[in-house]
Amino acid sequence: MDAVVVGLDIGSASTKAVVLKDSQIVGYAILSTGFNPQYSGIRAIGEACEKAGINPKDVVYTVATGYGRINAPFANSRVTEITCHAKGAFFTNNRARTVIDVGGQDSKVISIDEKGRVVDFQMNDRCAAGTGRFLEVMMRTLDMNYEEMSQAVINSENPSKISNMCTVFAESEVISLLAKGERRENIAAGLCHSISERIATMVKRIGLKEEVIMTGGVAKNRGIVKLLENKLNTKISVPKEPQIIGALGAALEAKEAILKIKQS
Amino acid sequence: METDYRKMWEDLGINMEKHDQLLAVLPFVYRNVYLSQKNRPKAMEYYDFVVSGVHGIRVKELLDAKDAGKKVVAYFCLYVPEELVIASNAVLVGLCGGSNFTDQEAEEVLPRNICPLIKASYGFKAARICPYFQAADICVGETTCDGKKKMYELLSELCPTYTVEVPQKPDTEQARELFYREMMALKSKLEEITGHKITVQDLKKSIGIVNAKRAVLDQLISTRKAVPPPISGKDSLLVFQIAFYDDPQRFTQKTKELVEELQERIKNKVGVVDESAPRIMVSGCPMAIPNWKLHHIVESSGAVIVVEESCVGTRYTSMGQIDNSANTVEDLIRAISDAYLNIHCSCFTPNIGRVEDVVRLAKEFKVDGVIHYSLQTCHGYNIEAAKMEKSLKKINVPMLKIETDYSNEDVGQITTRVEAFLEMIRK
Repeated sequence: MDAVVVGLDIGSASTKAVVLKDSQIVGYAILSTGFNPQYSGIRAIGEACEKAGINPKDVVYTVATGYGRINAPFANSRVTEITCHAKGAFFTNNRARTVIDVGGQDSKVISIDEKGRVVDFQMNDRCAAGTGRFLEVMMRTLDMNYEEMSQAVINSENPSKISNMCTVFAESEVISLLAKGERRENIAAGLCHSISERIATMVKRIGLKEEVIMTGGVAKNRGIVKLLENKLNTKISVPKEPQIIGALGAALEAKEAILKIKQS
Repeated sequence: METDYRKMWEDLGINMEKHDQLLAVLPFVYRNVYLSQKNRPKAMEYYDFVVSGVHGIRVKELLDAKDAGKKVVAYFCLYVPEELVIASNAVLVGLCGGSNFTDQEAEEVLPRNICPLIKASYGFKAARICPYFQAADICVGETTCDGKKKMYELLSELCPTYTVEVPQKPDTEQARELFYREMMALKSKLEEITGHKITVQDLKKSIGIVNAKRAVLDQLISTRKAVPPPISGKDSLLVFQIAFYDDPQRFTQKTKELVEELQERIKNKVGVVDESAPRIMVSGCPMAIPNWKLHHIVESSGAVIVVEESCVGTRYTSMGQIDNSANTVEDLIRAISDAYLNIHCSCFTPNIGRVEDVVRLAKEFKVDGVIHYSLQTCHGYNIEAAKMEKSLKKINVPMLKIETDYSNEDVGQITTRVEAFLEMIRK
């Protein structure tokens, strides 16, 4: 029997934990990171263990990832989210060669080989353009929820042209569109178009290799996934719970770390 | 600091309050970035000493030289030949421009969204916190990018400024001719300021002095081919940064001592890191003091930088050993101007030489990866990165592209990228 390992992904928006036993996810948790990343990390592990019916004390090895990985002194080691997302995505679909991950603070495209190893990656630059945070701000301005935003892409017949990718400028653009009487649906669809345009450019920069898999919170927006499929002219698979893929990858890293220790 | 330089700074018109703030931060940063390193070569003590008195001792030397009738020439870029300045009996001093400390003052005049090096270069003068700048009789600029070119125009309102034109297609006959004439014009300008007529003997001697400096720096570069390297990337970077403003002959002597220690280390298989540490090349924009940001991130993540294709690295010596056997001033200056066009600056087009350099260095230094470093909005280097990546792919060397400025706001994101790049290399 395998040892129980935990992968913890402290992202800018949400914190995810995955408990892995015998290469099976036996429990996971997703919660808002809030202002105290260390505390959310501990809480996420506690919650995931509880769901798995496992005493946190029985966890043999924990790997932390995500921007808050340095806030997890209790973890045994730290691995970047790029390596973890690649690993987690490949585990759910071993035909995947391109991973698109759009999270709260950054978006990335990772190119992987037939063994799931990272061969190249691209990340957005320092601002929130093309990230989950961008969408969140816009959802608030439009007073729409995730589902409505996603539906808008399918329902809108005439998506607005949003030219600003800067979150602050795009927000004022949205406000002036609303003032002109533009339909919310069209604006929402326009925003999804602009975000997927940006992601598609990153994919093309790195070179599209099939199959493509999308992870991170934004992958739950089916509208954006659909737009990306059209722009890239390929099918994109989305894991059942796209938000926990980084944490899953971290747990797999933990499993490997134990193997390495055993071997040496 | 033992000697009190406050009077000297006041006399130079330094903004004392702001200057105090700057001097209060530096030791803290230096301790954290430099003195915390393990297993440093002993000879680095000299460079630590130079940094510890960064606005004191050397400035005093310059003022003493001025008292003795010499002129001080300030510059920013390798394209201003040290040989000519020394031959004119002036002292050449490189200005820094590696910090965002004076952004506020700079932005009163310059646009916000420009290269941080340009902003700092101007800002340090505008804010009056650089004693070197204050001591300078003239600043010699060049046209290695449009931003600098335009900034020098504004700088000329604050201090005497002279700009050298650097041609853009250096392989052509007309470019060589233009640069030669530019050097002759610079010679006249220097003679006018110093009142000293440059002779054949002056040039032979100054070429010799700078050749010796380049020779020892080339040796320093070579020691880093060793596995593991005997010196960190951070320390080597510092040596090159200091090369820009230290007295050339003393610098050569001190660096010779450093190189001897490094060669001894190689013999005894002493390195600054474990043999398994990933070997990284940094290629791109210059890094002026105190810009140690990328090096600190990379070497704190467990890798070691073994070579910089940069103005604070291999480009610093790319003019090679200049032939000083000619017997006319014109021929000697021709030798200088021809040699200097071998610096593969991204202001050139098509600048294939730089790509070839990086590919060659990647093999020679057995690097595991290249980090392409571009200052924000530096179009030349930023755009050239695409060509670089393509050529490196052909020899299976991965490349990570970083574009950043002097602020700390993106340190977390860059760290993640660098760590992921290293994880990728280690697999």
